[in-house]
Amino acid sequence: MTVRQVEQTGPAPAPGDAFLSVRGLKISFPTDDGLVKAVDGLSFTLERGRSLSIVGESGSGKSVTSLGVLGLHNRGNARVSGEIWLDGLELVSADPEAVRALRGAKMAMIFQDPLSSLHPYFTVGSQIAEAYRLHNKVSRKEARERAVQMLRLVGIPNPESRVDDYPHQFSGGMRQRAMIGMALSCDPALLIADEPTTALDVTVQAQILELVNTLQREFNSAVILITHDLGVVAEVADDVLVMYAGRVAEYASAQDTFYKPEHPYTWGLLTSVTRLDRDRQERLQPISGNPPSLINVPDGCPFHPRCKYADRNGDRCRTEIPELLETAPGHMVACHLPVKTRRQIFKDEVAPTL
Amino acid sequence: MIRYIIRRSLGAGLVLVILSIVTFGIFNVGPRLTGANPAYLYVGKITSPAQIKAVEHKLGLDKPLAAQYVDYMSGIFLGRTVTDGTTVDRCPAPCLGYSYRYQTPVTTLIANRFPVTLSLALGAAVIWLVAGVLTGIASALRRRSFVDRASMTVALAGVSLPVFFTGLLLTAIFEYGPSWLQWFPNLHYVSFGTNPLSWAHNLLLPWLALAFLYAALYARLTRASMLETMAEDYVRTARAKGLPERTVIFKHGLRAALTPIVTIFGLDLGGLLGGAILTETVFNLPGLGKLAYDAIGAEDLPIILGTTLLAAVFIVVANLIVDVLYAVVDPRVQYS
Repeated sequence: MTVRQVEQTGPAPAPGDAFLSVRGLKISFPTDDGLVKAVDGLSFTLERGRSLSIVGESGSGKSVTSLGVLGLHNRGNARVSGEIWLDGLELVSADPEAVRALRGAKMAMIFQDPLSSLHPYFTVGSQIAEAYRLHNKVSRKEARERAVQMLRLVGIPNPESRVDDYPHQFSGGMRQRAMIGMALSCDPALLIADEPTTALDVTVQAQILELVNTLQREFNSAVILITHDLGVVAEVADDVLVMYAGRVAEYASAQDTFYKPEHPYTWGLLTSVTRLDRDRQERLQPISGNPPSLINVPDGCPFHPRCKYADRNGDRCRTEIPELLETAPGHMVACHLPVKTRRQIFKDEVAPTL
Repeated sequence: MIRYIIRRSLGAGLVLVILSIVTFGIFNVGPRLTGANPAYLYVGKITSPAQIKAVEHKLGLDKPLAAQYVDYMSGIFLGRTVTDGTTVDRCPAPCLGYSYRYQTPVTTLIANRFPVTLSLALGAAVIWLVAGVLTGIASALRRRSFVDRASMTVALAGVSLPVFFTGLLLTAIFEYGPSWLQWFPNLHYVSFGTNPLSWAHNLLLPWLALAFLYAALYARLTRASMLETMAEDYVRTARAKGLPERTVIFKHGLRAALTPIVTIFGLDLGGLLGGAILTETVFNLPGLGKLAYDAIGAEDLPIILGTTLLAAVFIVVANLIVDVLYAVVDPRVQYS
């Protein structure tokens, strides 16, 4: 099991043994309108061979988190604090050149839109070979062979000839496979997939997820899967981190997230999954309102303006930021509702609609 | 690809034929409407009606307009023989007729003047490409920095100031200015074959004046294109691979950002080869632009017609080359 000693804020303890350990990560961007707090005190840990899903709406800080781990945020204007420990090395304070050397080799990323993420002017093979040659002292020919090998591994038919194709000659699913091949070409220990299936056909999505799962087992990588699709989460995740407005709302095993969720926002995400086996009126229950602006995050619990249960605590939800507290072993929730009440509400009101 | 080129070439040919008809029409019908007779221009001041008649016959001005056009066009491809009864002149293909003023074949005049225009255009092109593109890249990479603001301000001046201002300013300072600044006294064109150093020395001011305008345009264009490209997802992918920033910028970023620049460059160069009228006039360079400019003043119709047609050919051919080049630069573009 993963070691989970998570703190929302406060002084960071020693790195511990976890392969990846993020502690009190804050990423903000000064803009003309004010400071955008994209990530505001995020902590989690991840071991090799396991996968963590980060779930949340658009603008909840998921993607910024992943870019921050890889050091791909805009260094010019982003303000980053906190710690990111990867296999004993702290990345936030590390020399950007050292982080760059890890990128593509020890940690790799798969992006959302494979068409725009592949360079249109270079062949798929050369783009894979480029990554491999950068981190391994090999000849052009060996790198090309590696590219063919990766394409075969991710299930591209005729990899020997497709290696010379340009991205526009690939279908959407094949492009994402090629991206995965590129990301895995240097056997990364950490793989971050940022909504890898969002831009794909539903029929292809499952194949891609299956591929990620298989490769994860094969390479024994740690995988962070960023998504807003709970179906994806159910398929691949060991642990789930629910983010809201740059903060952790709930952090639990996938099992707990689906069967014993305790945060009203998690309930909202679960009930807004379309159910065809319900009456038409009950099929879809959206969370009312919009995600908050990250410049003007609501006081107190950031979710309170959209929370049905915010009134149950007097003014507390509006004035005090809820701490992330462990309510069961390995289950952390940031909510002011008393644990008993939460579980009761879930059992009586939420579970029957799922 | 080959078929595409053939098809495009045929189209380009059609454009040129139409263009020649229009130009021929304008310059042959126009003067007649105002009552001018080209034969007078050809003969000079002291004329007799008989002389005029002879010249009209020699130049074919007594034929119907359509026949004159056919003569003109066949002269371009086959050459033509002109006679006034006593003398016989053979004008070999491509024959663009005789200059009224110089009484020499327009083709010869153009052939003599073209190296000047070519020198001016190519030299300026090298300067504006290097200066413009580098400035654009620097501005894009250091967006909102002092370098960016300063170079964009200069670029704004560059696109706003016409050559007849910057050119005259340069000559005023460096040709006729205070003696310690007279680095380019007595500017005159020297051919490359005669003395390459002197060639470059005499052309430097015209190059700078012309390149300033274009460099400003290219700096702005490159900056915009580069900013757009560097925000692309595939640049992020390149960084995610762990590539050094230098490789990210110059291999992945610039490769895509330069595509529109290549297009514009081809068209600009094609346009300039037909003659840079303002620059050549300001610096008194005997190029095609100056030839055309002087011909307009002297109502020397064959020269106007010839230089206009040649400029059109350059532009049409440049367009064709750019379109074909596009397929080479961008693998997504396919012609069939």
